[in-house]
Amino acid sequence: MHRDDFNILNTNIIYFDNGATSLKPKCVTDSINKYYSEYPMNAHRGDYNLSMLTSNLYEKSRDKVKEFINAKSSKEIVFTSGATESLNMIINGYFKHALNSNDEVILSKSEHASLILPFMELGVKIKYADLDEDYKLSLDNISQKVTNNTKVIALSHISNVIGDKRDIKSICEFAHKNNILVVVDAAQSLGHTLVDVTDMDIDFLAGSAHKFCGPMGVGILYAKEELMKNIKPVTTGGGVTSSFREDEIVYKDYPFNLEAGTRNVPGVIALADTIDYINSIGVNTIEEYVSDLRKYLITKLSKLDNLDIYNKDIDGSTIIFNVKGVFAQDTSLYLDKKNICVRSGDHCDKMLHEVTGVKNTVRVSLYFYNTIEECDKLVEALDNKNILEESLGI
Amino acid sequence: MDSNIKRELILDNFNYPNNKGLTNDPSYIKKSNKNPSCIDHFDIELKIEDGIVKDIRFDGEACAIATSSLSIAIHRFIGKSKEEVLNIIDNYKKMVNEEEYDSSILEDLLAFDEIYLQESRKTCATLGVNIIEDILENN
Ligand SMILES: Cc1ncc(COP(=O)(O)O)c(C=O)c1O
Repeated sequence: MHRDDFNILNTNIIYFDNGATSLKPKCVTDSINKYYSEYPMNAHRGDYNLSMLTSNLYEKSRDKVKEFINAKSSKEIVFTSGATESLNMIINGYFKHALNSNDEVILSKSEHASLILPFMELGVKIKYADLDEDYKLSLDNISQKVTNNTKVIALSHISNVIGDKRDIKSICEFAHKNNILVVVDAAQSLGHTLVDVTDMDIDFLAGSAHKFCGPMGVGILYAKEELMKNIKPVTTGGGVTSSFREDEIVYKDYPFNLEAGTRNVPGVIALADTIDYINSIGVNTIEEYVSDLRKYLITKLSKLDNLDIYNKDIDGSTIIFNVKGVFAQDTSLYLDKKNICVRSGDHCDKMLHEVTGVKNTVRVSLYFYNTIEECDKLVEALDNKNILEESLGI
Repeated sequence: MDSNIKRELILDNFNYPNNKGLTNDPSYIKKSNKNPSCIDHFDIELKIEDGIVKDIRFDGEACAIATSSLSIAIHRFIGKSKEEVLNIIDNYKKMVNEEEYDSSILEDLLAFDEIYLQESRKTCATLGVNIIEDILENN
């Protein structure tokens, strides 16, 4: 769908690495060009007209994000550099002050490094919920790890390796009954499936624009207003205070106290155009299309006897596999020779292999601009007994 | 070296590498490395006595070029003096980086004489020997 919106798809590249980053449509690059050529000002810094225009566009984007995730107020949205920074701010700006050394956090081994590492650095007690035999994370597995000391459940909405979609609404409902807060890493779900922070009753959420057709280096941090109030600035500097003297700092109100220094202004403005673009296609339409495409591809790949596929039955957009006897990286280099871009490695999840027993895999991750024809080309390329030999390039 | 022979050497050494598996013997010097740009990982053990490389063992998961180049190198290095091994490594790395090198001492390592044509494979081809070089230069 909508392939004409992406200049890069006029080349013969087949892009199956959407889990790493998505392609950027022309309306997004146009928005960035427009900023640099027409109103390349800082936001919230000048009183002249052009600067006001820039500031207004920046704040309009905040309103757009609020609507996109159905937050109650734009004050619940902070712009960051990405999901990584959002998660670090949530963990170091809020939980660092809210947790004590007996408190427990529940994670799983299929979470991204950007969620696990900040909690590890905090030095709190981490419990890892078990994964099902098909590596999915369920509420059941989470609830088994809950004790009286559990204060946080932190998980991705859609995991970036296995690709399973977690039932966030039920998990939040369960958590709140037990006085537990929930941190949702929505890096792989925004723009891929419906995210409604109010309906799901999410406490904290992190996302990255570049994973759903938006610019690089723009992230979203959402927190319920009563929690947002208590996030302390991890970074401070220009733009976050209303005054400071030798002995006192007076911070601005949230969310402005959390946006220190010059922000990625063109990126934030282009995020509004990204959201308009995604909405014009429809998140539900995207999800259905990708789900059908994945079913098509998995059916075809399952017929090849030289593949081990590790996540046949999931809702997300990823397929992880290995070609028997071929190291994952060799497979991706072989596919690269056929202009097919896939990812190989551990996909920033260094612990999942403790559960699955495979350290490195090849990951295909789909988005709405991928096609059946592209899937057929991948299947054709993988239906080859000499992949290892041909990967050598010698 | 003919391309068919190169491929055969590489695939043989990838599928059946020399000296895979660690001894955990304290008389060996141990070192690991992670290639920052890819996913290969090696642990290497090296035993040196009276300036002679007596044994090299390795373990880890890596791509065909990384594994086979290390396997071939190990076979080439054992029994040589530290200086000889460092000289072979120096010439091998020059070859990989498309510089002037002495081809007469490389033997089977010549299987990688055209690896410079593939930028992404250059780091793979030197991953193992870099660890060995590091051990020898520091011990
Ligand atoms: C599940 C998940 N969380 C967090 C991140 C981090 O996103 P970013 O690198 O944009 O900060 C990613 C990106 O790979 C991801 O897939």
